[in-house]
Amino acid sequence: MSPITHDRPPVRRALAAAAALSLLGFINAAPVLAQQPKLKIGMMLPYTGTFAPLGVAIENGFRLGLQEQGGKLGGREVEIVKVDDESDPAKATENINRLVSRDKVDVVLGTVHSGVAAAMVRVTRESGTLQIIPNAGFAPVAGPLCSPNIFRTSFSNWQSGYAMGVEMARRGKVKSVATIAWRYAAGEEAVKGFKDGFTRGGGQITRELWLPFPTVEFQALLTEIGAARPDATYAFFAGAGAAKFLKDYDQAGLRRTIPLVGPGFLTDGILEATSGAAEGVETTLHYGDGIDTPRNNAFRLAYAKTFKLQPDGYAVAGYDSASLLAIGMKAAGGDINRRKELYAAMEGATIDSPRGQWKMSPAHNPIQDHYLRKVIGNENRVVSVAVKALDDDPTMIAACRMGK
Amino acid sequence: MPPSHSAPGRTAARVMLQIALLLALACLPWFAEKYYVQFVARILIMGILAMSLDLLLGYTGLVSFGHAAFYGVAAYSLAMLTPAYQAAWFWTSFPLAVLGAAAAGLAIGFFVVRTHGIYFIMVTLAFAQMLFFLFHDTRIAGGNDGIYIDVRPDTTILGWKPFDLERYDQVYLLVLVLFALVWMFLRILLRSRFGHVLVGIRVNEHRMRSLGFETFRYKLACFTIAAALAGIAGYLSALQFGVVNPEFMGWHQSAAVMMMVILGGMGTLIGPVLGASAWMLLELGFQSLPVAGSIDLGKHWQLWMGAFIVLTALLLPSGLLGAWSALWRRLHHQTPALDADDPVAKP
Amino acid sequence: MELATFLIQLLNSVQYGLLLFLISSGLTLVFGIMGIINVAHGSFYMLGAYLAWSLTQSFGNFWLALLLAVPITVLLALTLEWLVIRYLYTRDLLYQVLLTYGLILMFEEIRSILWGDDVRGVSIPAALDASIRLTDTLSYPVYRLAISGLCLLVAASMYGLIQKTRIGMTIRAGSVNREMVQSLGIDVTMLYRLVFALGVTLAALAGMIAAPVSSVFPGMGNQVLIVCFVVVVIGGMGSVKGALIASLLIGLVDTFGKVLHVEVAGVHLLPELASMSVYLLMAAILLWRPEGLFGKRG
Repeated sequence: MSPITHDRPPVRRALAAAAALSLLGFINAAPVLAQQPKLKIGMMLPYTGTFAPLGVAIENGFRLGLQEQGGKLGGREVEIVKVDDESDPAKATENINRLVSRDKVDVVLGTVHSGVAAAMVRVTRESGTLQIIPNAGFAPVAGPLCSPNIFRTSFSNWQSGYAMGVEMARRGKVKSVATIAWRYAAGEEAVKGFKDGFTRGGGQITRELWLPFPTVEFQALLTEIGAARPDATYAFFAGAGAAKFLKDYDQAGLRRTIPLVGPGFLTDGILEATSGAAEGVETTLHYGDGIDTPRNNAFRLAYAKTFKLQPDGYAVAGYDSASLLAIGMKAAGGDINRRKELYAAMEGATIDSPRGQWKMSPAHNPIQDHYLRKVIGNENRVVSVAVKALDDDPTMIAACRMGK
Repeated sequence: MPPSHSAPGRTAARVMLQIALLLALACLPWFAEKYYVQFVARILIMGILAMSLDLLLGYTGLVSFGHAAFYGVAAYSLAMLTPAYQAAWFWTSFPLAVLGAAAAGLAIGFFVVRTHGIYFIMVTLAFAQMLFFLFHDTRIAGGNDGIYIDVRPDTTILGWKPFDLERYDQVYLLVLVLFALVWMFLRILLRSRFGHVLVGIRVNEHRMRSLGFETFRYKLACFTIAAALAGIAGYLSALQFGVVNPEFMGWHQSAAVMMMVILGGMGTLIGPVLGASAWMLLELGFQSLPVAGSIDLGKHWQLWMGAFIVLTALLLPSGLLGAWSALWRRLHHQTPALDADDPVAKP
Repeated sequence: MELATFLIQLLNSVQYGLLLFLISSGLTLVFGIMGIINVAHGSFYMLGAYLAWSLTQSFGNFWLALLLAVPITVLLALTLEWLVIRYLYTRDLLYQVLLTYGLILMFEEIRSILWGDDVRGVSIPAALDASIRLTDTLSYPVYRLAISGLCLLVAASMYGLIQKTRIGMTIRAGSVNREMVQSLGIDVTMLYRLVFALGVTLAALAGMIAAPVSSVFPGMGNQVLIVCFVVVVIGGMGSVKGALIASLLIGLVDTFGKVLHVEVAGVHLLPELASMSVYLLMAAILLWRPEGLFGKRG
C-alpha cells in the first residue's frame, strides 16, 4: 500500500498529463476574440469584502458620468470589463495583469484599497496604460511614483488630515491633541497631514496612539486617551472599524468630554450603523451632504433616480473620473494613442464637479476645497470650507518627477 | 494496486512522456500571451509550494497549518536583500532566501515536530501567525502595506548574463526549470531510504521508533526540507510580481495550499500540482461567471468555490487523482476499491 | 501608569477576555467532545450578529430579536449537522478543516446575498443604555458590564450542565469512549447533534450580544476565529474551565501589550509586537504542556 509515485501505472499518469495539457489548451484558446474599435475600460474595484459598497458607488458614479456623455468618450463606444480586486494586495498584481495584458484595456479605473492601488501603479507605470484612481489616497502616487499616465480624481490622505489640522489650530482654544490611527500608509499619511496643519498653527500633539490595521479592540487605547486629557482627539479609521470606534468612543463617555475630529472617512457611509454615537463629530473632506449648488443638486437627483441610492464622495470621484476621461478623449479626438494631447488635456483640466470646481495638479492630484462637516443625524453636513483650493503635501509635490 | 514495478520499457516511456510534457510547457511563451504565461508560471509556483507541503502532509503525516510562513520568509528575504531601485544578485539572493526559509523551518521544526495530531496543526499555525504579525505590525519591511522589489535580480556572472529576469518569458522558464528540479529532487528523495522512513512514520511512528529509527530527526529533516522548497516558491513568487506583503504568510495562504494538496490527491507528486492547477483555474472560471437574473454569479464566486470544496471533502476523499483512478478502474471493470487506493488510508 | 488607569485597564482586559470566552466555549465543546475542528466557528459568530441586526430592524426590539434568533440558529445548526457535519466524525482531521473552510466561504457569500456588504449597527437596548462615571473624562458602559455578567452566567451553567447533569455525564463519557456509550444504549448520533447545535448557538449568541458594541460587518467572524483557536488550544481542548482561564490570560496580554511601552536596546517591542505576543504565549504554553493548561493527557 505504498503511496509512492513510481507505483502508479504509467497509463493513468499519461492520462493525468493529458488532462493537464488539455487544461492548458483550454486557457490558451480563450483569448481569441475579435478586436473591436470600442474604448475598453477595465474597472478594478472591490466587489466583495468590506469595501464592496465603495466599489459599487464608484462604478455607479462612473456609469452615470458616462451616461451623461451619451455613453461615448471622444466619439467612441465604451466597453467595460470588471475585475473584483477583493481589496487583497496579494492578488493585486495578478488582477491588474489580467486587465492590462490579457484583456488589453485602454483605461484602468481603480481602486479603493491603497495597497492594491500601489501594486496596480507598478504595472501601469511599466505598461503605460492610462490609469485613473477614484479613491486610494496613498501619497507616493502623486509623489515619487507619479507618472504621466496615472491620474487621481479623489484626494490624498494628507490633504484631508491637513485641512483638519488647519481648522483646529484656527480655533485657538484647542492646544493639545491626541491622535489615534491604524498603523499603515493611509493612517500615517493622514496623521502627518493633521500634524503639519496643526503644529504650523501652533498646536501640539501630546499622544500618538497606533494600532495594527485592521484590528478593532479600541478599549485599552481609549482609556489612555481619557487619562491623557487632550483638548481633542484626531482619529483615522474607516468602514467597519470606524463604526466601532465611534461607538466605543461614545460609550467610554469621551464624546462629551474630549471632542472627536477626523478625516471624512471616519464618518462616511457608516452613520446608520453608529446609532447616534457619532452625533456632533467633525470631519474634513472634499465632499459632504448639503452642498447647495445647482451642479450638485442635479447630480444627486440623477444619481438617486438611476440607482435608487444616495451618492457619497466615492460616487462623486467615480463620476468625476468619467468627466476627466471625457475631456482627455475629446482632446485626443477619440484616439487613446495620441497620448500627448490626451495627457495634456487631462493634466490642465478643470472639472466642474458636484463637489465644486477642482483642478488637476501637475502631479495629477486634485487641487480642491476641503469642507468642514459635522455629523447631524445620518448626514455629514457641510458647515464651512476648511481650506480653499488645497494642493497636496509639498514634500510629495517636490518628489514628483513625472517620468523625467 | 496493480503490480507496481513496471517493466523497464514502460519506465522509459514514462520518462519520455515527462520530458515531452516539460518541452511542451517550455514552448508556451512562443505561442501564448503574457498573461497566460504568467498565469501558468503562477500555477507552477503554487505547484512547487503544494508539493513541498505534500512532503509533510501526504508522505509524513504532518498536517502543517503554517506552511505559508516559509514561503513568506523567502519572499521577504528577496525583498530585503534588494537595495532600493537597484537589483540584488540572483546567485546570492536565491540561495540566501532558500537558506533563510530552511533556517526558519529548522528553528520552528525543532519545537513543533514534538507535538502530534491537532496540536501539531495548532502550533504550526501559532508560529506562522507570529511571523505574520512580526512583518504585519512592525515597520521592518513595510508593515502591512508590503514591500516592493523595484528591480528584479540580476543574473550576470563575470559579464555574462545567462538570463534576464526583467523579461516575463525568461522568468517563466526559470520557474519551469526549478519546478522540474524540485520534482526530480522529491522523486529521488522519496525513493530513497529516507523517503521510505518518512512514509513509515506516517503509517506507524511507534513501530518505526521501536525499529530503531530516530523519528524526531527524520521529521525535523523533512520539515526543514519542505520549508526550503516552499522557500523556492516564495522567492519565485516575489520575483515574478515584485511585491511582498504579510498576506504571503497569512493563514488563508496556508489554508489555500492545504486545499490544493487535498484537492489534487495527497501522497503523490502529480496530485498537488493538479490541485494547484484546478484551484487556480476554478478561481478564474468562477469569477468569470455571468449575471443570471438579479444575482451576479461571478461576484459571488467564493460561494461556488466554497460549495466545490465542501463537495470535494464529502465525495472525493482522495482528491481529483483518486477520483480519476477510481473512474479509470471502473471503466476497465476492475474492483472499485476506492478506499484501498486512498493514498493516505489510515493505519 | 496611574493606579486608576491601571484598574480601568484591568477591567478592560477582563471584559475582553470574558467575551472571548463566550465565543470560544462552543468551539472547545465541539472540539473536545466530538473531535471536530470547526474552522467555520467564526462564521456563526458573524451570522448571530447579522441575525440580531436584521431581526431588530424587523421587530424593533433587541430582546425579541434574541428570542427569535436563538431558535433559528439551533435549527440551522441541526440541519447543517445532518447535511454535512455527520459525515466528518469518522474522517481525518484534514477533511474537517477542508470542509469547514469551504463553509466559511459559503457563509460569507450567503451573508452578502442576504444582507449586503454594508456595515450595520444595532442600538444598545434602552434598559442598559447608561454608563458609570469612573474619572472626570472616562466612564464605563453598563452594557459592557452586562455582557461580562452574561459570560459568567454561561460559564456557570456550562459547568453545571457538564458536571452535574445526566446529559453532561453522557457527554463526558462520549468524549472518552464513543463505543462504550453506544453499547450502553445511548444514542451517540443524537448526542453529537445536540453538542454541535449547542456549540454553534453559543458562537451565534456571542455574535448577537456583541452586535451592539462591535457593530455588524462582513468578515467579522474571521477576525475572532484565530484568537478563539488560541484560547481553545491554550486552555486544553474540550476544557471549559481551561477556555475561561485562557481567555482571561489573552485579555490581559492583549490589553497591556497595547498600552505598555517596552524598548530594548532602542528597539520597540511593545506595543508593536502586541499581536505577536498572544501567539508567543500559545507556543510557550504548548511547548511546556502540549495538551494545554487543562487538556487531557495523551
